[in-house]
Amino acid sequence: MCLGIPMKVLQIDGFNARCEAKGVEREVSLFMLQDEEVKPGDYVMIHVGYAIQKMTPQEARSAWEIFDQMLAADGPPDTTL
Amino acid sequence: MRYVDEFRQRELAQQLAAAIRKEADPQRQYNLMEFCGGHTHAIFRYGVQDLMPSNVHFVHGPGCPVCVLPVGRIDNAIQLVEQHDVILCTYGDMLRVPASGRKSLLKIKAGGADIRMVYSTQDALRIARDNPDRQVVFFAIGFETTTPPTAVAIKQARTEALDNFSVFSNHVLTPAAIQNILESPEVREMGSVSIDGFFGPSHVSSIIGSRPYEFFAEEFQRPVVIAGFEPLDVMQSALMLIRQLNEGRHEVENEYTRVVTREGNTKAQSLVAEVFELRRTFEWRGLGLVPYSALQIKKAFAGLDAEQRFHVPAISASDVKGCECPSILRGVKRPTDCKLFGTVCTPENPMGSCMVSSEGACAAYWSYGRFRQPEKSDTREDAA
Ligand code: SF4
Repeated sequence: MCLGIPMKVLQIDGFNARCEAKGVEREVSLFMLQDEEVKPGDYVMIHVGYAIQKMTPQEARSAWEIFDQMLAADGPPDTTL
Repeated sequence: MRYVDEFRQRELAQQLAAAIRKEADPQRQYNLMEFCGGHTHAIFRYGVQDLMPSNVHFVHGPGCPVCVLPVGRIDNAIQLVEQHDVILCTYGDMLRVPASGRKSLLKIKAGGADIRMVYSTQDALRIARDNPDRQVVFFAIGFETTTPPTAVAIKQARTEALDNFSVFSNHVLTPAAIQNILESPEVREMGSVSIDGFFGPSHVSSIIGSRPYEFFAEEFQRPVVIAGFEPLDVMQSALMLIRQLNEGRHEVENEYTRVVTREGNTKAQSLVAEVFELRRTFEWRGLGLVPYSALQIKKAFAGLDAEQRFHVPAISASDVKGCECPSILRGVKRPTDCKLFGTVCTPENPMGSCMVSSEGACAAYWSYGRFRQPEKSDTREDAA
């Protein structure tokens, strides 16, 4: 639960954003980032369905590489990420 | 690109390891507690311990939210389903945690109980909207990063007048737990555990900021370095802690300056402050009753508090006999000290909470096979 997943913002509608990672799309809440400017194309760290911080594309990519290695080694991901 | 990055990471890891070996004073021991399960996982997954000299030790702390929830609270959740016929919404990690009487949420779900795994508090709200004639309870657990989403859901339920929704709050606080460990007799009386410094969890800190750690860094004279979850972050932070200890400093430093500020995410904090207040005391697995270490729903939102709506009783239940989770969570014992480890207790059939979550120390020991390796080898090269 502690880890969180980086996702790319596709579309924003109020506090809701459609985000994508690895071909999987998900509805996430931007409620906690309302003091920051988030736009489509940005990367955000998602924790239990909520974006908690913005990230650079490099940070998102390096986090995903680590997840890839973990998935390869461990089987299906922790569902509450 | 990927291979370039991997190469860079490996090279950086070797450089960091060399710096740590050079700076760690062979005359002393460095016991560094990683509080958070995310760090525990990274350390095992990438064999970070193997890159450390033999006098630098990682002590695993109680920062896995699933692990620290006491059996009694899971029994409470089961009662909510069995006695009040609610739909219980829970994060997936909780499903397999053993409760009293050989039960678990997963087992009673298999027996027909209406338990739904959710990814987000928004899913729980949706289930409540879709089932207006059923009571829907969200089983809320976690540290400071998971609390604001629960607060959002409570406020939303109030706005929408979603009367069939309520929250069973088990949210806990990181600084209170660290302080409790430092005040425990095992640490204070120089007995079985010594902890010289802490890794602070980065995501929790991005919400609460670095300020809450300042008090105990000063009071207990222990350095804290807020660290990201990647293996290089952990190594870099270990080096920062070693430097502080060598120089006799005990400050709060931030390896994760990218996202953690002293103030934290004030929007999230004000949401939490609006909905939650401190509990006078809360039971943790391993730590027992810890004063002011958890959050309860404020009176203004009492209508959405499942503990009030269903008169949830205090249950004190004990762990499975032989399970050493309580001592492991305090850093007093290791998973391999448990007689059930790997024999009766495995991730497929967990006896205690530390074997359930991938962030738990027993699951990490088991999955990454550290228990099969010799305690030390400074030669492993593929760790990062
Ligand atoms: S191995 Fe299993 S029974 Fe032993 S301490 Fe860990 S979780 Fe508990």
